[in-house]
Amino acid sequence: MEKNPQQESAADSPETSEGVPSPDGAVNLIDTDYVIGQDNVTAAPLGISLDIHGKVFAISAIATLFFVILTLALQTEIEPVFNAMRDWLTSNLAWFFILAGNVFVLVCFGLIVSPLGKVRIGGTEAKPDFTYVGWFSMLFAAGMGIGLMFYGVSEPMSHFDTALGGVSMENGVRTDWAPLGGAAGDVAAAARLGMAATIFHWGLHPWAIYAVVALALALFSFNKGLPLTIRSIFYPLLGERVWGWPGHIIDMLAVFATLFGLATSLGIGASQASAGLTYLFGLPSGNVTMVLLILGITSIATISILAGVDKGVKRLSEINMVLAFLLLAFVLFVGPTLVIFTGFFENLMAYVVNLPAFSNPFGREDANFSQGWTAFYWAWWISWSPFVGMFIARVSRGRTVREFLVAVLLVPSLVSVLWMTAFGGTAINQFIGSGFEGVREAALELKLFVMLGELPLTEITSFVGIVLVIVFFITSSDSGSLVIDTITAGGKVDAPKAQRVFWAFIEGGIAIALLLGGGLVALQAMAVSTGLPFTIVLLVGCYAIFKGLMSEPRG
Amino acid sequence: MYNKIMVPVDLAHLGALERSLTIAADIARHYDAEICYVSVTANTPGPVAHNPAEYEKKLAEFAEAQHASHGQPTTSKMFVSHDPTADLDDFLVKAVALVGADLVLMATHLPHRVDAIMPSHGDKIAAHTSVSVFLVRPRD
Repeated sequence: MEKNPQQESAADSPETSEGVPSPDGAVNLIDTDYVIGQDNVTAAPLGISLDIHGKVFAISAIATLFFVILTLALQTEIEPVFNAMRDWLTSNLAWFFILAGNVFVLVCFGLIVSPLGKVRIGGTEAKPDFTYVGWFSMLFAAGMGIGLMFYGVSEPMSHFDTALGGVSMENGVRTDWAPLGGAAGDVAAAARLGMAATIFHWGLHPWAIYAVVALALALFSFNKGLPLTIRSIFYPLLGERVWGWPGHIIDMLAVFATLFGLATSLGIGASQASAGLTYLFGLPSGNVTMVLLILGITSIATISILAGVDKGVKRLSEINMVLAFLLLAFVLFVGPTLVIFTGFFENLMAYVVNLPAFSNPFGREDANFSQGWTAFYWAWWISWSPFVGMFIARVSRGRTVREFLVAVLLVPSLVSVLWMTAFGGTAINQFIGSGFEGVREAALELKLFVMLGELPLTEITSFVGIVLVIVFFITSSDSGSLVIDTITAGGKVDAPKAQRVFWAFIEGGIAIALLLGGGLVALQAMAVSTGLPFTIVLLVGCYAIFKGLMSEPRG
Repeated sequence: MYNKIMVPVDLAHLGALERSLTIAADIARHYDAEICYVSVTANTPGPVAHNPAEYEKKLAEFAEAQHASHGQPTTSKMFVSHDPTADLDDFLVKAVALVGADLVLMATHLPHRVDAIMPSHGDKIAAHTSVSVFLVRPRD
């Protein structure tokens, strides 16, 4: 054979290297005969090429359609059923959710301090794909952005209110919603307790939930070579069976949770944006505005996913972060600056002090709070975790486990503390300081705007607020569509464009159908109910993370 | 006439590339040109490789095997993308300048109405580079 003098690999030379830095270094691949995409169906109906996992795609799509039609047709019959299911889960299994939440936080902290934290995602020599800013923007925007807008003012206010009201008993059962023992009549203590309770729901626990899913997926995909789909987490437990029906079911469940979670949030978000527009500009509130908003959000999300992760999703997330930062900075400096800054540390302290009591799964006296708020939140975060976790995994190659956990767990938690202190703290201060009752009395979706209304430049800040609500939705919707597309394509991230567009439209369609036909609350209840099976998935994830990390070379 | 021919390849779909590979080899022999095989791959595990490094190795082996079969010098170049579905065209357009190709030869599908909203990769490359582009369509 003739020698080929020019055979070389151009990607080795840095000056010609483009795009993502090439990895890799040592990893410990899992030896499986499964070939990614082997169960996929490829076709090109009407010239639109498709590459999908036949079973997962078909059953998810049909079942989704079935549930939406069922919810629309039998709304009055279905809603109580789903609500009862959610209530049963959050009240009878509250201990399980709260206990599992604690396990996730402990696992994350354990990994940060253990030598396993040195393992690098993607191989010992892998370089990070994104800068800190781009990476952090994406994980925050996908993770909880929208909730911060919705609950930033309303949740601290609610807890403050109930805490101030103190404990009320009826037939030996507590009927109040105060966290822990409340703080009857003590304004300062009630404010601290309210902030601590809010931070508890938006701090370490939710991010630990995301981190566990994200780390497990990243590890089994980038280091072990398994497809980027939820079933891969189960490989240490089920072995080759994950490529069969057990795996199909896990993936389909992930698709449901993501789709219904996103669609219901899209509907709820549209109602906040529309309420804000009405409040600010006197636009007619109602279905037309909300449907137009969902159509707009879906269209921009579609453009974003067609442009791709780098040019679409990442850019939008960064715009999002800049806007959120500006709004936060505005409230920090124009609002009661000193109160917020001292509040930040006080609230952090109150959080730390109350953490053991808040996270205690057994023998709780504040059943309304621990079941109605905490367990509900945990189930809700967990039902979002396949989507957020998978998206975080996809953009986290090249980080060490320790770096990953610090960035996914601690940094966002601190940002949440600051955000809640600024927004909730300002609202509470308006009440305590000047007796302003507006925020307390405003409807849930308007509390943010009423609070901003007491600060200068209301028109501008409220408008930024509405834009943020919308952009946060777009960034959740586009990353969600990418995730569903990847799962239904058997873990392939390079499936044809038409598929991701399909899922984005389905999301928007479900949101509109349920908004007009009713049933958003019912479907949200169902999405929350998927939190139970996923709690088990996450616990398996913890086991898989340890098992997987033990066999990895440490950098 | 041509010194360096760039041939975009997807190692997962080599079957569909047979015609374009043969034609590229014929032209390369005719003009005594070098062929550079270019691939864009995701950073996640895929059907061909567990990671980009493995893909790169397979691409180099593929180029070597092509060299062995047609005798013209070959090189290979791989790009890693977060999202190959969206970024493929951009990387290929960049690759033309990077590898210094004066002809791009690539497989494409038959024209279809959908091309109006989602143009084929070949269409986009031809529209965005100044070198000659040879689109090889499948036999009817």
